[in-house]
Amino acid sequence: MTDLPGSAAPGIAEEELVEGSSLWKDAWARLKKNKVAVGSLVVFTFICLFCVLGPFLSPYDSNAQNLFAGAEGPSADHWFGTDTLGRDLMVRVMVGGRISLMVGLVATVVALAIGVIYGATAGYIGGKVDASMMRFVDLLYALPFTIFVILLMVAFGRSMWLMFVAIGCVEWLSMARIVRSGVLGLKKQEFVEAAVSLGYSHSRIILRHLIPNVLGPVIVIATLTVPAVMLLEAFLSFLGLGVQPPNASWGVLINEGQANMEIYPWLLLFPAGFFAVTLFCLNFIGDGLRDALDPKSAKD
Amino acid sequence: MLKFIALRLLQGVLVLLGIYAVTFVLVAATPGSPFSSERAIAPEILAQIEAFYGYDKPLGERFITSLGNVLQGEFGPSAVYANRTVTQIIGESFPISLTLGSISLLLALLLGIPAGILAAVKRNTWLDYVPMSVSMAGICLPTFVMGPLLALVFGLILQWLPVAGWYGPEFMILPATTLGLYYAAYFARLTRGGMLEMLNQDWVRTARAKGVKESTIIWKHCLKGGLIPAITFLGPALAGIISGSFVVETIFQIPGLGQWFVRAALNRDDFLVLGLTVLFAAMIVLMNLLVDIVQVALNPRLKYD
Amino acid sequence: MTLVSCGDRIAETEKAAKEGILLIGNGSEPKGLDPHLVTGVPESSIIGALLEGLIARHPTNDLEPEPGMAERWEHNEDYSVWAFHLRDARWSNGDPVLASDFVYSWQRILSPALGAEYAPMLYVIQNAEAYNLGEIDDFSQVGVKALDDKTLQVTLQGSTPHFLSMIKHTSYFPVNPRVVEEHGGMTDRQSGWSTLENYVGNGPFRLKQWVTNQVIEVERNPSYWDAGTVRLNGIRFYPIDNANTEETMFRNDRLHMTNTVNPDKIAYFQEIMPDKMTISPYLGTYFYRLNVTREPFTDVRVRRALALALDRQLIVERVTKGGQAPATGFVPDGVPGYGASTAVQYDPDEARRLLAEAGYPGGEGFPRAEIMINTSEAHRKIAEAIQALWREELGIDVGIYNQEWKVYLDSQTNLDYDISRSAWIGDFVYPSTFTDMFTTGNGNNDTGWSNPRYDQLVARSRVAESEADRMAIFHEAEDILLDEMPVIPIYWYTRVYLKDPRVKGWYPKLLDAHPYKYVWLEPNDDTGEE
Repeated sequence: MTDLPGSAAPGIAEEELVEGSSLWKDAWARLKKNKVAVGSLVVFTFICLFCVLGPFLSPYDSNAQNLFAGAEGPSADHWFGTDTLGRDLMVRVMVGGRISLMVGLVATVVALAIGVIYGATAGYIGGKVDASMMRFVDLLYALPFTIFVILLMVAFGRSMWLMFVAIGCVEWLSMARIVRSGVLGLKKQEFVEAAVSLGYSHSRIILRHLIPNVLGPVIVIATLTVPAVMLLEAFLSFLGLGVQPPNASWGVLINEGQANMEIYPWLLLFPAGFFAVTLFCLNFIGDGLRDALDPKSAKD
Repeated sequence: MLKFIALRLLQGVLVLLGIYAVTFVLVAATPGSPFSSERAIAPEILAQIEAFYGYDKPLGERFITSLGNVLQGEFGPSAVYANRTVTQIIGESFPISLTLGSISLLLALLLGIPAGILAAVKRNTWLDYVPMSVSMAGICLPTFVMGPLLALVFGLILQWLPVAGWYGPEFMILPATTLGLYYAAYFARLTRGGMLEMLNQDWVRTARAKGVKESTIIWKHCLKGGLIPAITFLGPALAGIISGSFVVETIFQIPGLGQWFVRAALNRDDFLVLGLTVLFAAMIVLMNLLVDIVQVALNPRLKYD
Repeated sequence: MTLVSCGDRIAETEKAAKEGILLIGNGSEPKGLDPHLVTGVPESSIIGALLEGLIARHPTNDLEPEPGMAERWEHNEDYSVWAFHLRDARWSNGDPVLASDFVYSWQRILSPALGAEYAPMLYVIQNAEAYNLGEIDDFSQVGVKALDDKTLQVTLQGSTPHFLSMIKHTSYFPVNPRVVEEHGGMTDRQSGWSTLENYVGNGPFRLKQWVTNQVIEVERNPSYWDAGTVRLNGIRFYPIDNANTEETMFRNDRLHMTNTVNPDKIAYFQEIMPDKMTISPYLGTYFYRLNVTREPFTDVRVRRALALALDRQLIVERVTKGGQAPATGFVPDGVPGYGASTAVQYDPDEARRLLAEAGYPGGEGFPRAEIMINTSEAHRKIAEAIQALWREELGIDVGIYNQEWKVYLDSQTNLDYDISRSAWIGDFVYPSTFTDMFTTGNGNNDTGWSNPRYDQLVARSRVAESEADRMAIFHEAEDILLDEMPVIPIYWYTRVYLKDPRVKGWYPKLLDAHPYKYVWLEPNDDTGEE
């Protein structure tokens, strides 16, 4: 029995794969039963709404300063307090959240899409193609990122889209490696060989049979990619790409708050709190999704 | 297997050559020179400096000269730090980063893997949520917050530990904890996922039905497979931690390699950028090779190809 | 929270104070210790301990010439020929310090092949510029001669009464010719003479330890001519980039002095450790460059409007917070004999009037312009405040973008910006170090601005008859600059740092150059408190 780990055939019936939608329908049904995941989803939705709609409801402008007031703690007027230039922190957290959430989610989805397809293709085809595809990944992985970003910026100017390109370029690489090693383990298995003998096209086998079975680790990595991307954004704005003053993302706000955490703790607490709660939610949603997509989890 | 390793190493050399060429072009195309400074330099003086470092030659010639030197193991001088060669800078800082990286990863494994196993075994109970939430702390508090926070609490308030420098074991505790907590989150999540994958297999249920003890199932049968994702991550993590610990090194004033990756790029210290890139690429190539070997060892169905 | 260490641990600072070792936060890792090649502040503060020029640093006053290698000196009537009489001093390897060592050193920094960035500092010397630019090959035509072993004669291009103040700069420091020749020769930029193993100096301290990114330690140099005066046994310079790390180390009793302080914390530190928070004037100006080749900054009225609309008092009080002075001119206050200009004032009504006259009443139709800053928390905050002030006072909307340092320098040099954050720190205490840079085509002008009358005045300042004349010329030039406003002065710098009360003999200095030989440490010992 000990030779089985990692190689047991997933018990996905062929019909289920043909009727791909039922897999997702079942998954959704299972996800709904997971209280923590549902709770996280609710909180996450609330945070998104808070950031997107909040600035319209707040009486303050995110960049309106009050130099005479400076940094003051939370009060009835400013629920989250104000920063050192006297700006309302709550609106800044909301506006920053828009940027961070968008960067975190969009860049992760992009990285996910490229990485999964690339990795699955390399693993499925194997041989020389796999070797050269993976060596290409190694090569990109080792490129000096700082230089790369500076160059991108100088060549194409400063734009939000360029930031997605820069982040996407690095984040899909580890995704591709993980998917590829998962697919390598799967492709020698009976159900894949069966699919091949049934004459299914390669793309169908990759998309319908292989990728769904490596989604577990992919989701875990994806939820870990979101915070990495949000912080990478802060580094990119250091290099001059991405969000420009006076606007600030969560990453930039946290970095600013960190320097003064002893004297103005609220400047760190609020942005870091939102950042942390968002990550918690995403991780529990991710775990829930992972469990829900794992066809056997219902049998526990 | 030897043939596989030899082949991969050969490919690795090609990757290194490729990365050298690409980086060389990138670096040459990047605006700003190692010699630009806030005070203008007279063009005549600048020309002399550039001639000294060989910047006056055409790009192709420079590439061939530098590649020739590199093949003889000489990466050249730093264009910014006088009297220091690239080899010297890397030689001084690499061992420090390796030490810090190893301790941090060990800590991350010690924290992350048991947490992950516990969470998987007790899935969807408080024994799942609590360790997973704790392991998230290292991610939710980015290193640039965690580091100063630890320094504030253990250095300034409690006065237990030194806050900066690299002079002995007690100086390693705070930076290694900062880095370790960050990576522990990764290991915990990967282990949890991997273990769940194993525990959900048909044969586990068969074994349970046959009355095999739960502990035997977990420790003897599932652990090996369940750890694969975490182990796969170990290689890139080590390479990443050695080269990418810029923030932690700055906060705790550690003379490691990570600072040089950022500083060399910001200084446009071309030879140093190239040397570091090649070093990092070599680490990546080796680590990925190791990971692939370990993967095959843990999963005999995989073959070397 | 207590800032005093626990009873069972002797604070590092106390231990070091007893050993007579000063612990200083010194910014970043020095790029080298060769006085002719370095350009940065962290480098020159270490070199100041290792080498000594003809004139040394005075403990309290940057204007007073303190005898260094030169025991005494004289000059002719119009300050254009100087003779320096060297004392009996030795290098740390035992060699005597000779007048010819200075000739060698100055030839070295002026050698075209060395490519020394700071060579132009010596251009006041006759024919130095021609030699440095390769126009003449014969160094004997350059105005520096060793009349004998102990007498150095320097002939300058013109009358330069402030020459003594210039030669305190590291670019005028001597190096030991024998040692330099042994390690690669005069013009080798990678010469090994300035490494830990080979360094030979003539200063109060000598190099003891150099661990990259960790520490540079110097110890008392027994062969220094005035070794008896030196009270410290050594100094450890810690290269710490991060202001918060430095502050944590200081408060953890591991530093006697920091290099800087996070501006937001100044008030807090003044409250909790008033005896340690130190602020002193520093000869530098923080300003914004305007690209006068770009609309709308081609119009002098727009430039003046932008300058008049800034409430500088508000900026220094609420944003920079480090006791800086609102800049009323470009040359900072404190240059003796030169009362700082008061031409730059806060006058929002006049600003609005000028802007309307230029065709943008109430900011209407003002083209989109952007402030370029290099990445830094402090610059960002100032830019954000200025952006808001301009919106409020003038109704114009400017953007801000930050660039990484080298890209920023490139953009500034290529005039690829609208408004650029800038700063200038004086090399010596004299107006010329601020006014020379805005002449037509000067490499540091970087605004596209040019004014023939201004160029003329700067040229005339070099040959003026008397010091009073010269100062009047500088004023006239500065008035033109502030009238045409290609630059908007914002504030005059201060040095802001934390200093342990155990450090004695450390005085505020306009150039922040401190003679370590006069500094000493007084341990708290059994004063009970610690």
